[in-house]
This record gives sequence, C-alpha cells and structure tokens, in this order.
Amino acid sequence: MAEVAATLRKTALNATHRTCKARMVDFGGWDMPVEYSGLIAEHMAVRTGVGVFDVSHMGDIQLRGPGSLAAIQQLCMNDASKLAIGQAHYSAMLYPNGTFVDDVVVHKLSDNDYLIVINAGTREKDVQWVRSQIGHMPGVHVNDFSDYYTQLAIQGPRAAETLQKLTPTDLSTIKNYWFTWGQVCGLHNVMIARTGYTGEDGFEIYVPSDEPTSGRVWNEVLEAGAEFGIIPCGLGARNTLRLEAAMALYGHEISDTINVFEAGLGRYAKLEKPSFVGLDSLLEIKGAGGPSRKLIGLEMIERGIARDGYPVASLDGTIIGEVTSGSPAPFLKKNIAMAYVPVDLAVVDAELAVEIRGQLVKARIVPLPFYKKPKKAV
Amino acid sequence: MSYPAEYRYTKEHEWIAVNGGTGTVGITDYAQNSLGDIVFVELPKLGDVLEAHKIFGSVESVKAVSDLFSPVSGTVTAVNEELVGTPDKINTDANTTWILKLDLADPKQIDGLLTAADYEAFIAEETGH
Repeated sequence: MAEVAATLRKTALNATHRTCKARMVDFGGWDMPVEYSGLIAEHMAVRTGVGVFDVSHMGDIQLRGPGSLAAIQQLCMNDASKLAIGQAHYSAMLYPNGTFVDDVVVHKLSDNDYLIVINAGTREKDVQWVRSQIGHMPGVHVNDFSDYYTQLAIQGPRAAETLQKLTPTDLSTIKNYWFTWGQVCGLHNVMIARTGYTGEDGFEIYVPSDEPTSGRVWNEVLEAGAEFGIIPCGLGARNTLRLEAAMALYGHEISDTINVFEAGLGRYAKLEKPSFVGLDSLLEIKGAGGPSRKLIGLEMIERGIARDGYPVASLDGTIIGEVTSGSPAPFLKKNIAMAYVPVDLAVVDAELAVEIRGQLVKARIVPLPFYKKPKKAV
Repeated sequence: MSYPAEYRYTKEHEWIAVNGGTGTVGITDYAQNSLGDIVFVELPKLGDVLEAHKIFGSVESVKAVSDLFSPVSGTVTAVNEELVGTPDKINTDANTTWILKLDLADPKQIDGLLTAADYEAFIAEETGH
C-alpha cells in the first residue's frame, strides 16, 4: 500500500493533514495539502483573520563559521553585511548571467552563522549550487538542515494574537523581517520569525520535525486561533495570496531564463558590493540601458480568467508576452495576472489582451502589487 | 459523494438526466469536489448544436480550468443563466445544478453512457481506492 506513496516526499504533518480532510496533491515531488475547507475560505481567513500553513517542504541551508559572511556575500545579491543578529532579508542566488538559481530569505543567526531559507522545488539544486560556489572558501561549513524543521506559517491580521497565546516571548517586539528564539508550546529555543508569503502580517516558526511534536504544535496553533476563526490553509490559498501581493514564485516570475531587472527585483541587488555571482552581468545589463522586457500586473476587463502560460497580445492580436501567474483573486474579487511584456508596452492603464483558449480577452495594466495590507490604525 | 441512479454519466465527469426527448446536463459531485471553488462557467448559446463527446464550454475553479463535454449530440434548448452570477451553486449541489438542456439528436446514444454504478467504479479506479 505504501508503494505508491513512497515515491512522494512527506512532511511530518502528512497524517495530520489527512485528519484535517485535506485534498493532497503532488507538489514538486511532495505530497502536500492543496486545500482543506476550500481555497476561497482559506484565502479570506488569512486576509481577515488568521490561517496556518505547513511549509515544511521549504529547505534550510546553514552557513557556519568565520567565513560565513564572505560566503553569503558571494552567493547572494543582497548585502548581508547590513543585517543585524536577529534580522532577515529577501535576497536571491544568481547564475553568472544574472538569472535566478532561486530567491531566498537570509537570516543572520549570529556573526558566524546564517540560515538561508530556500524553495522546496529547488532544494537539491540549491544545496549543490551553494556547495559548488562556496565550498572552497575558507572558514565556512555548509549544512543542509531542510529535514530538521517543521516550518509552520501563521498568517493574517490575528496571527500575532494567536501565536502570543503559545509563547511568553513578547511578539510585539519582533518587527517585520526580524526573528528571535523563544519558547513555543513548551518547546525551548524555537525560531520565531515575522516573515511570510501572503502579503499579510504573520510569523513562521521552526519546530523539531518529529511527528508527535509537529502534530502537537499544529493542533495547539489551531486551538489558540479558534477564537479568531483560524483554519488550516493549503498551497492553493498560499498561491493566490502571494499572487495578490505580487510576490514572485520560482518557475513563474523568476527562473533561470529571467534576470533580476526583468523581474523588478533590482532593489534587492546591491551592485555596489565588490563581488557576487551574477554581478558582472547585472552591471552589463544596466549599462546597456536595462532589460528589454518587464513584469507587469494585469486586471481582466472582459469576462475571462488568465492562467499561467497564456499568451499576452496587443489589442490587434500581436503576441507580445506570456502570463507567468494568473488566477481569480479571492479577496480583490477580480481576475488578475502577472506577465512579461516589452518595456515600451509596459504602461500602467494601457489595454492589452490575454489569449484565453483562442479568444482575445481584454485586460488593463495595473500597478503592482495588486494588494497591500492596510496600515494599522495608530 | 452521491450519484443518482436515474442519471447517466461520462468519463469526463458529466451527468445527464433524460426526460422524453430532452436531456439535462451537469457535472458530477466528484468533478466539483476535485475542482474546488467554482468561479466561472462558460455556457453555450441557445440553438448551438452539440456533438457527443465534444467540448461545449468550460468550468473554472480558482486554481484550474476544465473543459465540459457533451454526453450526447443535440440542440441546446436552455442554459442555466443563474450560473453566470453564482457558479458556486455547482459546489453546493452538483446533482441538481444543471448547466444546459438539449433536444436529443439520437436517444439511443444514452445507452452508451455509464450507469451510476459504472461511474462509481470508474472513479474508484481513477483515484486508486
């Protein structure tokens, strides 16, 4: 019986998801929950209350030793020397031509210790890449800690209140993209990061990946959030939430054929750094006047849903680009998409068309992100 | 999930209820459950002539689009306009939320479709249970 399932990788919460009536799918070789009660309900819970995701399939690479900062600086485009202990930032590992190996979040654990959180689908490739690029550098040791953690994302405007019930650490002291270690559900030294992939306030916690502990923490989070309407959320809602917030997804908005400037992520590439993999190409692209295509946001005007891979056309039907991610947006209640088009056509408010199964359906270019979380009233 | 015994089914997950020369078509409970929250139904027009096992429209959930296939040949006599505004009615009750009605071109085609028992066996095979 286990023969079929054995080919798919599982997180420690696999059985728990099934108990929660999840519909499971093969997600890049992982048996993961795509939805539980329903994608729209899950999406709305995160925008208006709180939801919890199992994101243990994400990978974690630790760089350790006195050479770890030098290694990170060579490996990633953002400037990790600016990080304080307990701070994290968005960054990316690039190929020499300026396209993406992966986008990552770099956490500074101590002066000699960094944690790079990487995507699930690129885990093996990333680990090999890291070893090949910095393995020869002095004073740095690369550890793949991907299987050591169950990573839970507790996301939404009520996420802090939910998690606060499970930890004595004052969560109000953790700013966005900072983290600390604290007791969670009685477990000591749990990494608590104010990060996420939903465009909403929230936390990601890293607990030991044994099944009993993982299941217990998951259930305690659900109990703690019950008064705020918490529900378990699957990868379906995770995708629509990140799309509304216009966050890039590897294999869609970023890949080994798309460079940093095209993806609109130039602000995370610190070109004043003396060296990092991809720097020379980025300087060259910039010197040549920038990229020739650009990531845009689209909102459908006519009835129709743009999907990943659909052609984008000018109104006369000339194909000018392709949708990277497209979906109905459950909170915005619009059909939205991101797409690459030539820079001179990437003008906000301009009308384009998406070719939906042979039909040209009108869309308008809108600024990104589609959704920004409301500022808290002071 | 339930599959009314008086309906006939296709391997593309449509059901058809026959009353005299008229067929009423919808998608199965299994189909709506697999798709998830349905947000869009592309309907044919009145008078469209449909061919058995050919695409006549589509149904979209938040995350996927799925073509609709006509179980039999015939001429469209009614479409469920309610689905334009509330496509999620299919999620609420797939067995009674019809998509279209058609005049059957050849009532004998019905005999070639799956019975409820056949369909359940087919799904069991597809999902590996």
